[in-house]
Amino acid sequence: MAAEEKVYAVVPPTPGSEPYWEAANAGKLVLGYCKACEKSYYYPRGVCPMCLSTDVEMRESKGTGTIYTYSVMRPAKPVYVIAYVTLDEGPSMMTNIVDCDPGAVKIGQKVKAVFKPREDGTKIVCFAPA
Amino acid sequence: MSTKGKAYIVGAYEHPTRKAPDKSLAQLHAEVAKGALDDAGLSKDDIDGYFCAAGDTPGLGGNSFADYMGLRLKHIDTTDTGGSSYLVHVGHAAQAIAAGKCNIALVTLAGRPRSEGVQTGTNPRMGNTNQPDLQFEFPYGPATANMYAMCAMRHMHQYGTTSEQLAWVKVAASHHAQFNPHAMLPKVVTVEEVVNSPMVADPLHRLDCCVISDGGGALIVTKPEIAKSLKRPLVKVLGTGEAVKHQMGGQNLDLTFSAGRWSGKRAFDEAGVKHKDIKYASIYDSFTITVVMQLEDLGFCEVGQGGKFVSDGNLISGVGKLPFNTDGGGLCNNHPGNRGGMTKVIEAVRQLRGEAHPKVQVPNCDIALAHGTGGSLGTRHVGATVIMERE
Repeated sequence: MAAEEKVYAVVPPTPGSEPYWEAANAGKLVLGYCKACEKSYYYPRGVCPMCLSTDVEMRESKGTGTIYTYSVMRPAKPVYVIAYVTLDEGPSMMTNIVDCDPGAVKIGQKVKAVFKPREDGTKIVCFAPA
Repeated sequence: MSTKGKAYIVGAYEHPTRKAPDKSLAQLHAEVAKGALDDAGLSKDDIDGYFCAAGDTPGLGGNSFADYMGLRLKHIDTTDTGGSSYLVHVGHAAQAIAAGKCNIALVTLAGRPRSEGVQTGTNPRMGNTNQPDLQFEFPYGPATANMYAMCAMRHMHQYGTTSEQLAWVKVAASHHAQFNPHAMLPKVVTVEEVVNSPMVADPLHRLDCCVISDGGGALIVTKPEIAKSLKRPLVKVLGTGEAVKHQMGGQNLDLTFSAGRWSGKRAFDEAGVKHKDIKYASIYDSFTITVVMQLEDLGFCEVGQGGKFVSDGNLISGVGKLPFNTDGGGLCNNHPGNRGGMTKVIEAVRQLRGEAHPKVQVPNCDIALAHGTGGSLGTRHVGATVIMERE
């Protein structure tokens, strides 16, 4: 366990992205979903990046996935693990791997969503070993 | 329309400074412009096209820098693709010249992150909150080093690439830098020194990372008739290519290759040359992994074999099969403004002219390639490739 936990920066939402952050604060990860392609995508946005359809919505993810790649940022205080996690629904997303020894993180490791505090007390999704 | 042979690089200049606390950004741009004009044997009022990147020429659309230098222009292009901008600009200048929109194009780059104390590689830099991906990425701490490190980590996992293989890229660059009096890091290093240097972002060590430097560079690009009237050796633009790689909503994420896979093919197709024809290659070396991936993407070796390809001095001039970055590159010489594309073109021009340092000059260097990446291999980026020939 890291002795000190990172507190996450708050970047203001843009019009249309508020539901993503409201969901995160409620402990849920949501993805973009295109009803035309019938595929999930990340990050959620008002158009499908595959077909540009605006017939899209946000759907809750199971919050489970696999580490595609990662790196440990050594000069940072506290040290943190950045990663891409490939979600079981398909898309990959940038995140941090938390609640574990940074030196023990592995590509292919199964992880699950956990929610960590931001500077304003609201929450952001991270992933921890499943 | 192909632009093959329709433009020549007649002026090239790299600022000798690596730390410029006493010079403004605009002054550095002006000094490199003057240097490239002097190199070409031209003067300011010959310029009628200006190519610069919005990111290192603040003020709307290059206006402030055209004003600072007193340029009279009929064509301006401020395309900013990060470090690859200046490679893109060579292609765009060739297109504008071929279309008759300008006759003599100036391209400039300058930056002073060292004097400004920018922690380029290790400190995530907050962008404009209207950048659509920012809110979904910035909180997780994407700096430059850990983004490229994630590419290296996956490349190692997928292809068995090793830290020792990556280290060979730095070793080769340092062999070249020892002959460059302006290089920031002129000392020759060994594979052991690279892999034993402090870990920055696993698996990249400090010596896998490029330098942070002030400085700049400039190019003059013109049409064949004018190039042939000047006294400098003729460096013809044979082929150019650009490509954008991004995440497509997180579908099929693959961080083991770059946009060079597409920009390189476009440049080779236009140039009509083969890999065996390339005598020298300038390859953007923000990190050692950047070189390994781009060599694969450009087709100099099989996908996944980049680590093996760069090993045992294969990139060292006079030793290996593909001499690269004979100025010492970004890893040892210079990375002005955190934007490495300009110096890649400049050293390729030196090689084609036979004006590289004698210890690193490639014999009979008639065809050279310069390639770079702007943005981040770990998120989204623009690759740009330029193939040139000594006529």
